[in-house]
Amino acid sequence: MTEAFDYSLIDWSRAQFALTAMYHWIFVPLTLGLGFIMAIMETIYVRTGNPEWKRITKFWMTIFGINFAIGVATGIILEFEFGTNWSNYSWFVGDIFGAPLAIEGIMAFFLESTFIAVMFFGWNKVSKKFHLVSTWLVAFGASLSALWILVANAWMQLPVGMKFNPETARNEMHNFWDVLLSPMAVSKFTHTISSSYLLAAIIVIGISSWYLLRKRHIVFAKRSIVVAAVFGLITSIFTILTGDYSARVVAQNQPMKFAAFEGLYVGQTRAPLVAIGVMSTSPEDPDNENIKDFVFKIEIPNFLSYMAFQDINAFVPGIRDLMEGNEKYNIPSAAEKIARGKLAIDALAEFKLAKEAQDQAKMDEARQILDENFQYFGYGYFVDDPSRLVPSVPITFYSFHIMVALGMWFMMFFAIVLLLVYKGKISQSKFWLTIGIVNIPLAYIASQSGWITAEMGRQPWVIQDLMPTMAAVSRLDTNAVITTFILFGVVFTTLLIAELKIMFKQIKIGPKQEGGH
Amino acid sequence: MQNKNIFLRAFNFYYEGFRSMTLGRTLWLIILIKLFVMFVILKLFFFPNFLKTNFSTDEERSDYVIEQLTKPNN
Repeated sequence: MTEAFDYSLIDWSRAQFALTAMYHWIFVPLTLGLGFIMAIMETIYVRTGNPEWKRITKFWMTIFGINFAIGVATGIILEFEFGTNWSNYSWFVGDIFGAPLAIEGIMAFFLESTFIAVMFFGWNKVSKKFHLVSTWLVAFGASLSALWILVANAWMQLPVGMKFNPETARNEMHNFWDVLLSPMAVSKFTHTISSSYLLAAIIVIGISSWYLLRKRHIVFAKRSIVVAAVFGLITSIFTILTGDYSARVVAQNQPMKFAAFEGLYVGQTRAPLVAIGVMSTSPEDPDNENIKDFVFKIEIPNFLSYMAFQDINAFVPGIRDLMEGNEKYNIPSAAEKIARGKLAIDALAEFKLAKEAQDQAKMDEARQILDENFQYFGYGYFVDDPSRLVPSVPITFYSFHIMVALGMWFMMFFAIVLLLVYKGKISQSKFWLTIGIVNIPLAYIASQSGWITAEMGRQPWVIQDLMPTMAAVSRLDTNAVITTFILFGVVFTTLLIAELKIMFKQIKIGPKQEGGH
Repeated sequence: MQNKNIFLRAFNFYYEGFRSMTLGRTLWLIILIKLFVMFVILKLFFFPNFLKTNFSTDEERSDYVIEQLTKPNN
């Protein structure tokens, strides 16, 4: 059945979505994290009454404002794309996506727009405490609005709390709480926001480091570094803990993605974790070019089994186990899942014919077959080419390891910065201040790598096991998709240049001198 | 003199806030241009809703999607 699809159209549609999502994600994490950092700074100002803290807060609020203004509504384009480029998917997900996105829209509009106005316009017009509450609400509001889109994304990775209606070809929500509180939703939300907070801390330290290297705004920069380093250290520990939880959830619910994380071709007990590895350019499996062996690797014994199942003796299935099946560990083969998926697809077609013929008995029979096999519905599209069930292992492996390595590095960096602050040597440490600036692009690379790991690793699925990317895409003219891809490239690059230009100008100007509240 | 009307006070709060903006004016200009490009140019000319544009009822949309899901080579 795979031969029925136009892969040029699918690849361009995916590229277009990836481009818009990645550009959108340049703006989002800084907004999420900087909100809390400036709220902490303003809290210190309110508690101490020291006008320097007000100056510090207002400067970072300006940076927040620039990032917010440039980034706001860039996510709406993703929603346009759902309707235009991914219409089968949009229809299929039914109200599962509708409810969280509607809540996000309402929340973002009322909470953020109201309190952002107080935050920016309210200095000296509302009481100090009311202003502070507004700043905190902006910070919480931003993270809460991120919750809903992340819940929707998590549902795609672990579809729960719904029932498929064959009459409408839509999934209907049966249990909102299952959707909201699924392990995938919890891990996705906590890991994504904590890593965003970490990113913001890196940006604050990076910009402050630049001031210290230039010997400008020394007090401002040192104080900003202290707040950001403490915030960064706490959130980086939280990021690592949530990342660990996230890996366990993936191991249990998306074993193919987990195997791709580690380039694990053959499953094993006491599986080692590849700490550092370089993949070969030639395929390990001649039938699948996505699978590559290592030319070099350093492993930590038993750690992968422990990371996945908190048991060093646990069996971690490899790509081969998931494709060929493993009776000993009760893992069905891809062929078995494909056969059941095909049954489900055929049952849906039968159901439609029976409905048109108003044959209730046949409808019931088809529905029963569909219900019994629906969990493998998407596998039915891979009859001709099961190798497409394997994601690109090198991309998943490298993006995962880049994210993890940088996450660990940032935690160490925050600790080093705090140590230097404690010893009173931060402003003289040219090396570490320079590293602080270098860390800025690295933080964005880590953040984007996280999403590449999550989204490339779950291929070929747009909804895990139920709908592959190729069945989700709208039948459009490929050239139209290429045109919008280029258009987006231009629009988003212009926005990014505008942001950087305005931001660099404000950083150059630095914090303004002013009196107290 | 303090105006007691809450709506008028809210209006004045926003009015004064917008009036006293400096950098904010540039940012608002960018936001407005961006929204125009997104909602007027992109949405109208490049991103019609595929199912809403091509089918008039939900039943037709369902039939089309089922067709796509069950016979993708059609």
